[in-house]
Amino acid sequence: MKPAEKVRIEPALEAISLEKTFTVRGGLPGSAAKKVHAVSDVSFQLQPGTTLGIVGESGCGKSTLARLLLQLIEPDAGDVLLDGSQILQTRAGLKAYRRQVQMVFQDSSASLNPRLTIEQSIIFGPLIHGVDKESARTDAHELLTQVGLEPTLYAGRYPHELSGGQRQRVNIARALALRPKIVIFDEAVSALDKSVEAQVLNLLNELKAKLDLSFIFISHDLNVVRYIADNLIVMYLGEVVESGSVDRIYENPRHPYTKALLASMPSTDPEERTHEAPIVGDPPSPIDLPQGCRFAPRCPSAEAVCTANAPAHDPVGAEVVRCHMADPVSGHSLAGQSS
Amino acid sequence: MSIVNSEGPQTATPISSLPVTVMPRSVGYWQSVWQRLCKDKVSMICLISLILIICASFAAPLLTSYDPAIGSVIKRLKPVGTEGHILGTDELGRDMLTRLLYGGRTSLIMGFVPVFLALLIGGSLGTFAGFVGGRVNAIIMRTADVLFAFPSVLLAVAIAGALGAGVGNALVALTIVLVPPMIRITESATTQVRALDFVEAARASGAGNLTIIRVHVLGNILGPVLVYATSLLSVAIIMAAGLSFIGLGAKPPTAEWGLMLNTLRAAIYSQPLIAALPGVFIFIVSLSFNMLSDGLRSAMEVS
Repeated sequence: MKPAEKVRIEPALEAISLEKTFTVRGGLPGSAAKKVHAVSDVSFQLQPGTTLGIVGESGCGKSTLARLLLQLIEPDAGDVLLDGSQILQTRAGLKAYRRQVQMVFQDSSASLNPRLTIEQSIIFGPLIHGVDKESARTDAHELLTQVGLEPTLYAGRYPHELSGGQRQRVNIARALALRPKIVIFDEAVSALDKSVEAQVLNLLNELKAKLDLSFIFISHDLNVVRYIADNLIVMYLGEVVESGSVDRIYENPRHPYTKALLASMPSTDPEERTHEAPIVGDPPSPIDLPQGCRFAPRCPSAEAVCTANAPAHDPVGAEVVRCHMADPVSGHSLAGQSS
Repeated sequence: MSIVNSEGPQTATPISSLPVTVMPRSVGYWQSVWQRLCKDKVSMICLISLILIICASFAAPLLTSYDPAIGSVIKRLKPVGTEGHILGTDELGRDMLTRLLYGGRTSLIMGFVPVFLALLIGGSLGTFAGFVGGRVNAIIMRTADVLFAFPSVLLAVAIAGALGAGVGNALVALTIVLVPPMIRITESATTQVRALDFVEAARASGAGNLTIIRVHVLGNILGPVLVYATSLLSVAIIMAAGLSFIGLGAKPPTAEWGLMLNTLRAAIYSQPLIAALPGVFIFIVSLSFNMLSDGLRSAMEVS
């Protein structure tokens, strides 16, 4: 999002301070229930026609966030706004919402019912929403053509007869069958091999322009995100640590975690190869979160203030950096220097 | 290897005029299971002998002119191969073949009905428990576990004994015994399917629970549940015969394999072959269901 476009266009999808904790019950009855902070205080705006990338290590709450956005699980706090308005938490309201927001899952084979043909899988959604069978079938065939699968060859096939790339195309067609405005991709290309991945990414960009879609693209592959996304959210332990435009973040990352993530990207240039991992260790358990900044235990520039207080941030701004070093008044010795 | 002809393109067929090969619908899952089952000789032998026994039992009046309940005192315990009585006669002079065929009706019904009822009751409870999860699941499964704690034969005997002898009561007893294992199988199959992404995707399309169960769950749990039900048939037939044998099932003069085994006990030294015949039928039917269930399982495992 360029700063010039400050005139407020209603974001296609907006998350406001989403929170989700899961309760893990202890082994013995009566032992204290533990809370896993899967997503805490996540806000973002998805502008119409753009792609929002979400990156982070495994376990950082990316998939929980996707399920929250789809309303498959209920947030403990916070809101999801579609075109600026609240989602009615009624059966009809959710059904209408689900028509607008669809998801493509990571595992292409687990996300297709093995007992249904490709065509049956694609028309399942439209039939639920009262589209008559004939036009749903016509639509399905058209969608198959659009994702590059010849309907006469593939419509009657079963998922196990298709390759991973073909199945993921079917999943894309299935998600598009409800004519949504927003499609969430949860690691949707991670399981594909590189050449197929490139084909699918190009297909997505094509479809986005043709069908006027907005994407949320969850991935741990930074190269893929850079290629496809316009804006980016970097998540760490359920929190947004940095957000902004892709170009800005890749060229000038401001949060030490983002820097470390980008530094860990494998380079194709032999001169640039690094031998040391930019960050070591595992993220702390989301059950016992560190007191101050969640990244402090692994941060190379952590100081006393980092372990004492959680860094403040502007919750709705397009550019978020949740770090004491980005806050001139935080008291960190490097404050204000990094930007 | 395409070597381009330097003398210019040949009259290549334009793509549009190439015949469009419309793929017929691929072979469905059940069709492919059936095809694989057909290639398995053991399963086929079992299936054919079962079909023969079932058809013969239910067509008994057409196959034999004797009455299963009326015998002749002078023709008691004739050996196998006697003229007019191919399989001999029993201790009251009734035609063995006739009794075995009519007895098959009772025995097979006493095997099928409890399994079918258990499939309906246990299947729906198990699917419900597996799909809903949480506390409901715990209540249903723990209740089933209580019934599991009793040895199944003992439980069947106890229930049938409490209700009193008779085919109807034996059916009730067998159904109660078979419901818990059915619940357990469907529950675990449903729990597995429910966790798959396509169920989540269906929910994300706005489908309600009933639609999801109907379209996405049932089709995927039917396989293992059917295999299990087939193996339960063999158990149910043995247990039904057992109940009749100890006098808790069919009552004389009804022909029933277990009951026939009991009444022919006294003849075991004089006509051992005839005394063993009902047992042979129980054995064949039960074994066939068991082997068929195994064959079905391996036919389903492939894809």
